[in-house]
Amino acid sequence: MAEKLIAGYTVDVNEEGYLTNPDQWNKEIAAEIAQELGLGELTERHWKVIEFLQNDFKANGKLPTIRRVNKVGGISTKELYELFPDGPLVKAAKVAGLSKPASCV
Amino acid sequence: MAENEKIKKLSIVISKGTLEGVYPGLIMANGARMAGIEVNVFFTFFGLDAITKKKMNNLKVDTVGNPALGIPALIGALPGMSTFVTNKMKQQMEELDIPPVPEFIEMISDAGGKIYACLATVEMFKLKKEDFCDQLEDILTVGEFYNLSAGGQIIFT
Repeated sequence: MAEKLIAGYTVDVNEEGYLTNPDQWNKEIAAEIAQELGLGELTERHWKVIEFLQNDFKANGKLPTIRRVNKVGGISTKELYELFPDGPLVKAAKVAGLSKPASCV
Repeated sequence: MAENEKIKKLSIVISKGTLEGVYPGLIMANGARMAGIEVNVFFTFFGLDAITKKKMNNLKVDTVGNPALGIPALIGALPGMSTFVTNKMKQQMEELDIPPVPEFIEMISDAGGKIYACLATVEMFKLKKEDFCDQLEDILTVGEFYNLSAGGQIIFT
């Protein structure tokens, strides 16, 4: 495991840059990861996705699928792809300080 | 993997109309979009059933002549057998959060995947554009499909 300086905080990350300790996550770190991923400034809509992923992860111990983000989180698939283009779940999970998606759907 | 080795574009051909013939292509198409890969899905022959309004919700598992299923062909041919196995598979898909075919097509389309039908088989089955689901982008000749697939990989299922 490696350490990385993000937004002035030293955090534990895996080899792909995903935070390995969710307790170290904060909004400044999220904003800097978003910049790194080319997502620009995070808007209210981005935060809605991020918060849903975190809450659902806490409740179920795993990352929700895109279908679940749509049906339970109320964020349409179209919007999810607009907010986080080219790999929405992978990018949103990284910004949210969660592990990389391990599901095929 | 180096950045330049990444797959950027895929075209997936779905040529079968059974549930087990359609799902792999849909899962791969959706997975491609999830990985940021541009994707076109081309439906041909009985694969057209998966995007035909009247049929897309009623695809069935083939229980005859499918040794991998572990059901002898004669038993698989019994009335109700295909429906039973189909419901079983749908249930397992739902547990994995894999949507039913119509919803899956919509999801792939919403994700930016493009849905196409093959002109030769559309004519063979005497289908019209209005017979297809709203997500259908266009009906293409094989030549147009190859033009569209230029610069990417083609997967036949």
